[in-house]
Amino acid sequence: MKTPAEFYMRDRSIHPPAYAPAYKTSVARSPNQALISLENTVSEITGPRFGHGDIAEGDNDLLTNYAAAGKSAIGERIILHGRVLDENAKPVRNTLVEVWQANAGGRYRHKKDTYLAPMDPNFGGCGRTLTDDEGYYFFRTVKPGAYPWPNQVNNWRPAHVHFSVFGTAFAQRLITQCYFEGDPLIPICPIVQTIPDPAAIDRLTARLDMNATIPFDAIAYRFDIVLRGRRSTLFENRLEGN
Amino acid sequence: MANPLDYLKETASQTAGPYVHIGLVPSDTGIEIYDHELGRDITGPNATGERIRVEGRVLDGNGAALKDVLIEVWQANAEGVYAHPENSGTVEDGFRGWGRVIADFDSGEWSFETVKPGGVPGRSGSRQAPHINLWIVARGINIGLNTRLYFDDEGTANAADPVLGRVDPPHRRAALIATRDDSGAMPVYRFDIRLQGDGETVFFDI
Repeated sequence: MKTPAEFYMRDRSIHPPAYAPAYKTSVARSPNQALISLENTVSEITGPRFGHGDIAEGDNDLLTNYAAAGKSAIGERIILHGRVLDENAKPVRNTLVEVWQANAGGRYRHKKDTYLAPMDPNFGGCGRTLTDDEGYYFFRTVKPGAYPWPNQVNNWRPAHVHFSVFGTAFAQRLITQCYFEGDPLIPICPIVQTIPDPAAIDRLTARLDMNATIPFDAIAYRFDIVLRGRRSTLFENRLEGN
Repeated sequence: MANPLDYLKETASQTAGPYVHIGLVPSDTGIEIYDHELGRDITGPNATGERIRVEGRVLDGNGAALKDVLIEVWQANAEGVYAHPENSGTVEDGFRGWGRVIADFDSGEWSFETVKPGGVPGRSGSRQAPHINLWIVARGINIGLNTRLYFDDEGTANAADPVLGRVDPPHRRAALIATRDDSGAMPVYRFDIRLQGDGETVFFDI
């Protein structure tokens, strides 16, 4: 059996710090103490596995998965698609991708959301899928609207879709947000700007993809996701100790 | 900065936000879309070992409970085997070892039922004490926080655990050890997580 390998150290300089005071809620929810670094053990290199028995066909179609029969969500119809790769550019196969978002008017179907924009009776706002053998995934949905939030007096989130991705190990677990090319709210959003690296923000911005756009049906956006890579087994592997 | 070795860069984390429930536990906010929601059953019906309940709160730097937090659980079975192909050994049919739980919207209390895990191998031939791996996401948390729950009735194994042994100063280790209560029908381990300040929980860069 191949010796299990370690994951590359997470590059914390491309991730937001815990304490990012312009995003006010982070002030009381960020640890003061430094993280304690752990070398990978079996607890970190393993993680949950999912299969086609776990999800249903159509779970990735937000246009219809909450709609009454024959109905569809209202808004700009989009295909949001891409690949899940690791840092070695290898596809991450058969991994669970979950998304959630507001409707076209920026309203979430959640009891805590009291924004005055109306709910869409045919839009729930969540979807899930498994990547294929090339690491590919896609969702059909409506482009979410911007919405206001209580931070500074007049803060608005850019249009965004929340993504949750598993990979093959608990060490790869990631939640992020996908933004849309050209949105002028991106550079003035305190949550986006918790990320210190402009290139990392750029990589969270889905690109208009005319080649995948379906004429007279839906505009496509492309969003690739990169999870942590693993050390090559060509070299001595240190997980089991030295 | 150019990346001369051509490695891709990991996608940056962002907060899960206040409405994480819509995507990860939709029925908890009244959205009935999925035939079955993932993460509701950690052990399946066939798991052997001691059935336990784990409960607690997640507290912010003001001592207030987070009412919008989501926690994911990853653990071995009672024999110390993870349900994963890179872990040698087998688990009971239906044992997943993974779950997700949310805080109550009013009280901030969360809980889950599972089996007490066995110890698992550590590095360099060491043995890790029984533990549950936890991943915490919420509004205001920009990148998920990793911690571990250990058990206060495993004193000998805890004293030899290589991860607890890395926690310095040693008095911080107590924040990773859940407290057992046998007064009810099922053993309960209490595990409050303090994000910031006095008694701050130890979080790991894994």
